[in-house]
Amino acid sequence: MLEITDLHVSIGDREVLHDINLTIPDGETHVMMGPNGSGKTTLLRTIMGFAGNEVTAGSIVFNGEDVTRLPLHERAERGMGMLYQRPPTIAGLKLGKLLEVTAREHRERIPALAAELNMDRFLDRDVNAGFSGGEIKRSEVLQLLVQDPTFTMLDEPESGVDIENISLIGTAISRLLEKDQHIVKRHKSGLIITHTGYILDYIDADYGHVLCDGVFKCHGNPREILKSIKTHGYQECEECQRT
Amino acid sequence: MPANVEELKDLSAEDRGRLELAGLDVGETERSGSFFQIDQEIRHAHSGTEGIEVLPIAEALQKYDWLKDYYWKAVDRDKDKFTKFVAKQEVQKGFAVIARKGAKAIYPLQACLFLAGAKVQYLHNIVIAEEGAELHLISGCVSGAETKGGSHIGVTEFYIGKNARVTSTMIHNWSESISVFPRSASIIEEGGVFLSNYVCMQPVRHIDMYPTATLKGENAVARFSSVVVAHPGSTLDLGSRAILAAPGTSAEIVSRMITRGGTIISRGEIRGEVPETRGHIECRGLILKDGLIHAIPEIAGSVVETELSHEAAVGRIARDEIEYLMSRGLDEETATATIIRGFLDVKIRGLPEMLQRQIDGAIDAAESGF
Repeated sequence: MLEITDLHVSIGDREVLHDINLTIPDGETHVMMGPNGSGKTTLLRTIMGFAGNEVTAGSIVFNGEDVTRLPLHERAERGMGMLYQRPPTIAGLKLGKLLEVTAREHRERIPALAAELNMDRFLDRDVNAGFSGGEIKRSEVLQLLVQDPTFTMLDEPESGVDIENISLIGTAISRLLEKDQHIVKRHKSGLIITHTGYILDYIDADYGHVLCDGVFKCHGNPREILKSIKTHGYQECEECQRT
Repeated sequence: MPANVEELKDLSAEDRGRLELAGLDVGETERSGSFFQIDQEIRHAHSGTEGIEVLPIAEALQKYDWLKDYYWKAVDRDKDKFTKFVAKQEVQKGFAVIARKGAKAIYPLQACLFLAGAKVQYLHNIVIAEEGAELHLISGCVSGAETKGGSHIGVTEFYIGKNARVTSTMIHNWSESISVFPRSASIIEEGGVFLSNYVCMQPVRHIDMYPTATLKGENAVARFSSVVVAHPGSTLDLGSRAILAAPGTSAEIVSRMITRGGTIISRGEIRGEVPETRGHIECRGLILKDGLIHAIPEIAGSVVETELSHEAAVGRIARDEIEYLMSRGLDEETATATIIRGFLDVKIRGLPEMLQRQIDGAIDAAESGF
């Protein structure tokens, strides 16, 4: 699905990601952890193709195609999607209208999906205007369910979400990543940034990575990594020589 | 001037299209009445609703002696050179709409002012809604596809009686060579509601207007909404003023402006002159191409218990908003158009659905041009 090789990324004059290598096969969901400012969001934004994240070396290959220089929307068209941690507010644009415009097919599913995420009352509201933390995340997940990407990146899906909402959001994300499907039928992949690991209660992640100062420090079982970070913090990861 | 045009349907297909863009129902099926003036010729004035009359102004002044008590009473005939010009005309053009006590129109009344070839089209309109009456006026001001140059000067006086409700929706569809000088004012009695909506998405040379609502009865309400686009070469000097002159009155002025290279001066003024009054001005402008959006909201409170506020913002579309939609699969052009359409989406409280659709339609028709 996704293959990143020797990727270097700069923002302005500063290199923030160094020599990143990451492979996410079809049907796998990976988790990325790391201290604040380590470059996790930058990596997601670079994969998605946002302006301002300049790839100075290396490549991003998506489903066999080199997309390193492809514009943002063309990557979305090819099946990439992203859940924002803090999406912008768009005054005047109604959430329902946005969903209609972005649904490539099955527009008729929108009302049912909105109801599932308790967002049916929000379809006439301006996108993200005055939404609470949980409402923002529910809106993001709803938009992704409508967009139906094959590879979904999630930037801290549990941040700012209360206990009640996390179950709703976690279950919906699990569906987005086809975690409800038998492993043989599962083709969708994901990459999730998490600090707390709460989302792992709903999604069995296949693999975990730790990013420190723009370098991958560790790869392995996500729960083990999380447990170690919870016990020892990121200090050990930062000092760890294994890459 | 097309002399053989007696009815709206006699116009060329192209001009009929231009009228429809201005919200006019050429077939007149879903209208409770119609008025049609080409240049200085009144071709048509009728009402299909009991208790509501639509008459040419000159005929109305002859028919009802009392109408002179409303004539030049809301608008000062000496206000400026345009009102003076209209006042000095021997034969008055324009319409009078009189809704008698309690009369209610289900469908809107439409007024079509068509500038075909005259150098100046002028008119003086009076709209009276007596106690408890309800009427919805849609005015389409349009120039023909072949019309080159000209000015439109329109004086309109609205009188909204006790607990009456009037909505006035004006959609302009002029062209690059036309200058337009509406001069209108409204007087709203106790419990009366006046909604004034203005849409101008098409090029025009110059528009200059500053309608004033005087809320003189307790709990009267006025709301002005405008959605305008200034194309290169267009100058839109627009404003709305509300004078809160009785307790419990409130006013709201909302405008959405886009410049594609033209000039917009967006004025707004609310004066709180008595206690227990509220007013709010909201101006938002988008600069798509270098031009000018100059927002001048003014609020003037002169007593302790008046609450007035304004907010104004002018700028471009934020890059992160465009990228947000692009990450959902929209190309940059579609993402931008979607955001602009949202920006222009002003849902007007209390406006009949049919008229909201007309406004939405006028905006949608222009949307492809962004």
